[in-house]
Amino acid sequence: MNQQIISAAAQGAAESANPLVPNPWEMGVVLAGFAVLFYIVVKFVVPMFEKTFAERAEAIEGGIAKAEKAQAEASAALEEYKQQLHDARAEANRIREEARAEGAQILAELKTKAAAESARITEQAHAQIESERQAAVVSLRSEVGTLATTLAERIVGESLSDDERAARVVDRFLADLETQSAGAAK
Amino acid sequence: MIALALPAQDSGTFTPPGIDQMHLPAILPWGASDGFSKQMLLVILSVVLIATFFILAARKQQLVPGKLQFAGEMAYGFVRNSIAKDIIGGRDFMKFVPLLFSLFFFILVNNIYGAIPVIQLPSFSHVGGAYVLAAVVYVTWIGIGIKKNGLKYFKLATVPSGVPWYILPIVVPIEIISNFMVRPVTHSLRLFATMMAGHLIVMIAGSGIEFLVMQENVLLKGASVLVLVGAVAMYMLEALIMVLQAYVFTLLTAIYIEGALHADSH
Repeated sequence: MNQQIISAAAQGAAESANPLVPNPWEMGVVLAGFAVLFYIVVKFVVPMFEKTFAERAEAIEGGIAKAEKAQAEASAALEEYKQQLHDARAEANRIREEARAEGAQILAELKTKAAAESARITEQAHAQIESERQAAVVSLRSEVGTLATTLAERIVGESLSDDERAARVVDRFLADLETQSAGAAK
Repeated sequence: MIALALPAQDSGTFTPPGIDQMHLPAILPWGASDGFSKQMLLVILSVVLIATFFILAARKQQLVPGKLQFAGEMAYGFVRNSIAKDIIGGRDFMKFVPLLFSLFFFILVNNIYGAIPVIQLPSFSHVGGAYVLAAVVYVTWIGIGIKKNGLKYFKLATVPSGVPWYILPIVVPIEIISNFMVRPVTHSLRLFATMMAGHLIVMIAGSGIEFLVMQENVLLKGASVLVLVGAVAMYMLEALIMVLQAYVFTLLTAIYIEGALHADSH
């Protein structure tokens, strides 16, 4: 059989060859070539491609997981910020209320204080005026006495016969008095 | 073109090249009728080409592939997903990806040779290579069937379930013949015959154009243009068939493997 095939192939182009009869050397080359290719594919090509595919799939899945995590973190942060904002608003309201209450209190205190002060000042002024009045009355009383006495002495000292003269004395006295008081005032 | 190297025709009658011209003289020793042929060189070259291309493409292993890596991944992904995964199924297809991948690109490159000027010789226009590949596949799927189901596999593969007993005497021999005898023959001859026919058409067209151009009658000379147009159309068709046959051969391999794997459910 083998012999037959070889001889048939060997005749080749020379005679009418049966195209279905193979050349054993060609079969050997194809088998060997395919075996080498298969070995290379099994050993290198497929593992390398599969590794790349696996890494890529992992990278994509990892990326998705990372994105999900980031999203969760972001929403948590947002929640936290909202909470904080809410707290801050409440805090601000509270502080405003407190300040308002405090202000009202301060105002009331100040009002009371001012009222007390004004009462005190009024009181003081009254007392001062009273005491000054007293002093004036006292000094006036003594001065009026002295003046009256002095005037009487003058009148008595002059002759009281003439009315005109008496009037002159009084006038002079009053003028003296005026100059005196003016000098005293100076 | 190879056909141009053929001995010049008599100007009177046209003798088309036939099967005999399918065998080129050997390269080593040069011009001998037997020896290291162009076909063998091309087969070895195809192994070098495929291995080099895919190792270069797969080597970088970048998550974002470059052009070469992308092309390699597309090609690999085609066999892996569109043939292996779709036919054999999600669970155990990975084991058979290397075989299907090697088969597809080995056949594809060796076929495409036929469409490349100067080379212009599909390796499988000689039947030997087709026999070898079909035999490899034959042994593989029978081996898978036996490994998976034991010797019961032959019963599963030849006795279809749900057939009345009285039809079995007819069905079983048909199944035996179709599955275990005809299958490898059609598998190999389909590839060989399409490639040989394509090559033969190119040769006939080439020598036909040459013959017509050599005629003294101007009209006959002009008629060579028609042959040329027809030859170009056939060339396009051949290029399609070259790719298609690589796909068909690999697809059938995947179908045979799938059948052996799931013989109990068929």
